[in-house]
Amino acid sequence: MTLTLESAPVPAFDDDVETTRKLCIICSKGSLDMAYPGLVLANAALGEGIETHLFFTFWGFDIINKETMAHLKFTPVGNPATHMPPALMGLPGMTAFATHMMKKQIEGIDVPDVPEFLEMITDAGGHLWACRMSADMMHLTEDDLYDRVEAIISAADFIELSEGAQIIFV
Amino acid sequence: MTIAAIGGREVHVDAEGFLTEPAEWDEGLAQVLAGNVGIELTDAHLGAIRFARADHAANGETPTLRRMATVGGVSTKEMFALFPKKPAKKMAYVAGLPKPVGCV
Repeated sequence: MTLTLESAPVPAFDDDVETTRKLCIICSKGSLDMAYPGLVLANAALGEGIETHLFFTFWGFDIINKETMAHLKFTPVGNPATHMPPALMGLPGMTAFATHMMKKQIEGIDVPDVPEFLEMITDAGGHLWACRMSADMMHLTEDDLYDRVEAIISAADFIELSEGAQIIFV
Repeated sequence: MTIAAIGGREVHVDAEGFLTEPAEWDEGLAQVLAGNVGIELTDAHLGAIRFARADHAANGETPTLRRMATVGGVSTKEMFALFPKKPAKKMAYVAGLPKPVGCV
């Protein structure tokens, strides 16, 4: 059936609505498979015009540490979702192999690696923050972190910053 | 299927107003669509739109922001400047293409 309208609908991009929606994503894990959920969601939120902050803490520091950010690893050890015999997963070379496979799969669907993803997120207006306690524990300063990390902030700073935000913990 | 009048002609649109027949689009219609969402078209807009349409014609999918940057040569920053707040969707609307379906 064909419906004929006098005038066409215009998609509601909600430009005129003063949106207060804000998203904070806490990235606490530094393995390859745990880095992506936060990055993908941040990127999607930015594409919807939502103010987005990423807060990196504990192992999540590996995502913004210049030394490690391009070399995150995936290990199948203790992960039943790989559907492989558990006894084989701890064999030497298995982590390197699994990491290689996962990186290939990610690249295969045209999703960027971690450094490029962070560049894309900040180009889209996303904010990157590092956790003070983690920096102190690991003896890292802003010089050790990805250039686009805005600052190392305390837990209290983060609580202040995330006022009114929806929070996702990864 | 819905047919609606935009800019003095009848085109097929979905429930939200995105064109469903890319062939019914031309740059004159783009002016009207852009005006509907508060954008004044410039050559930079048209450059991005032309790439997106060619890419859609070749691959059957509206390019995502990443593809616009890596293949189309329109940086993410530029896309946000041209089509504020929701660049991928706004560009798709003005270009007469479906919304992009990719996650990244």
